[in-house]
Amino acid sequence: MSKQTLIQRHTAGARLNHWLVALAFILAGLSGLGFFHPGFFWLTNLFGGGTWARILHPFFGAVMALFFLLWVARVWKDNRITAVDWQWAKHMGEILRNQTKNLPPVGKYNLGQKLLTRALLVAILLLLASGILLWQPWFAPEFSIDLRRKAVVVHAFAAFVALICFIVHVYAAYWTRGSIRAMTRGTVTAAWARHHSAGWHKEMAGKNQ
Amino acid sequence: MTLQSLDIKRRSATTTPAPNARTTLEVAKLIDISKCIGCKACQVACMEWNDLRDTVGKNRGVYDNPADLSDQSWTVMRFAEVEPTPGRLEWLIRKDGCMHCADPGCLKSCPAPGAIIQYSNGIVDFHEEACVGCGYCVIGCPFNIPRLAKKDGKAYKCTLCSDRVAVGREPACVKTCPTGAIVFGSKEDMLHHGAGRISDLKERGYQQAGLYNPPGVGGTHVMYVLQHADRPELYQGLPKNPGISPLVVLWKEIAKTLMNIGLGAAVLGGVFHYLTQGPNEVPEEEEETL
Repeated sequence: MSKQTLIQRHTAGARLNHWLVALAFILAGLSGLGFFHPGFFWLTNLFGGGTWARILHPFFGAVMALFFLLWVARVWKDNRITAVDWQWAKHMGEILRNQTKNLPPVGKYNLGQKLLTRALLVAILLLLASGILLWQPWFAPEFSIDLRRKAVVVHAFAAFVALICFIVHVYAAYWTRGSIRAMTRGTVTAAWARHHSAGWHKEMAGKNQ
Repeated sequence: MTLQSLDIKRRSATTTPAPNARTTLEVAKLIDISKCIGCKACQVACMEWNDLRDTVGKNRGVYDNPADLSDQSWTVMRFAEVEPTPGRLEWLIRKDGCMHCADPGCLKSCPAPGAIIQYSNGIVDFHEEACVGCGYCVIGCPFNIPRLAKKDGKAYKCTLCSDRVAVGREPACVKTCPTGAIVFGSKEDMLHHGAGRISDLKERGYQQAGLYNPPGVGGTHVMYVLQHADRPELYQGLPKNPGISPLVVLWKEIAKTLMNIGLGAAVLGGVFHYLTQGPNEVPEEEEETL
């Protein structure tokens, strides 16, 4: 392969932030799934058994929420939904069939990514709030049983939304070739940028000149 | 914890049948509130048999002592001074503790396999060595009974002396009750005994006397004879129509099934999409134009 022009997409700080969220999400997810359904209870063995999973899960969750909020603050300026995004969304059928020529020039993130950020933000805020209501032994005893009954439903539902977001996010990164390096090495090829984020590519090219 | 192992009707967080080769007689404890004198001998017997010692609390100016159930107090007498008819004071004393529901909300909520066991005799027992300390049993219980211990983070409650019952003895509280307000036997016999007590109370002017064996939880294996069965809330908030909260049912039955299907479908959807459409690549000609 010939040498390609590379464009910086994520700084080292952003990458570190992303992978801290990912690590905490996976740990919170695996430990939490054990309590989600008996079929997943064996996952608690990864953490030293049910009691350890119960003790650790809220700490994983709190770390995830903290770094996720930092992440959102970091990317929010590139996450505003614009008119181009809605133009792009009209081509969703073609995009899913990999017919990606002549798409509207979206910015750094496309509408799918922007909606994912929003869905995860809502889900994680709900997980955080309901999780505090359920956190034994520190906080849960302070809240009424009725409130905690609502919290378990919210927690399970928000966890489901977060897990769906996770599956979609991981798959999209794998499906869209050349994306994963943006979060490992921090760079994408110029061709990738022009193809997937033409608006952002133009902006970056402008900066460099 | 008991020696029994082959007569389990239901086991928490378990999707396969529990070992239920043996079927034992369905038992029940009947607490006749009209006979209770509030002596608290049952509390003492419970502490003694189960080797529990609660910390000495503060006098709050009422007879309830200790003030609430705890990991060390599996039963407490709750005293209510009420006037069911104006001008007629009654002192209603209810021995509070686990009701051993036929449909236990604690067991439904529990995520730890085998931490909550329902025996074929009806006793709902916590196996603390399998308890993870999440407190979901507290959320599931319609009677606000289980308590998490500060010391070890495990949930505790009345066992209905499952260890004594397993060897053919009555619960400690029953054995000690000086007035015979607490009796124990087969559920059938207890229903019969209760019916006799209720007709007696009715003859003595308690027209609303009745049995507390709430159908919302499938009936209980601890039942009350109430002088005012039409108003159970008089007895320090005994719920009128207890049942597992619809939120708990939504959480444990409906939501989780749909969500497991949803997660599976998302993963399969990804696999299907990749196998039919392949990767989303930057076309080669675009690479070359650089």
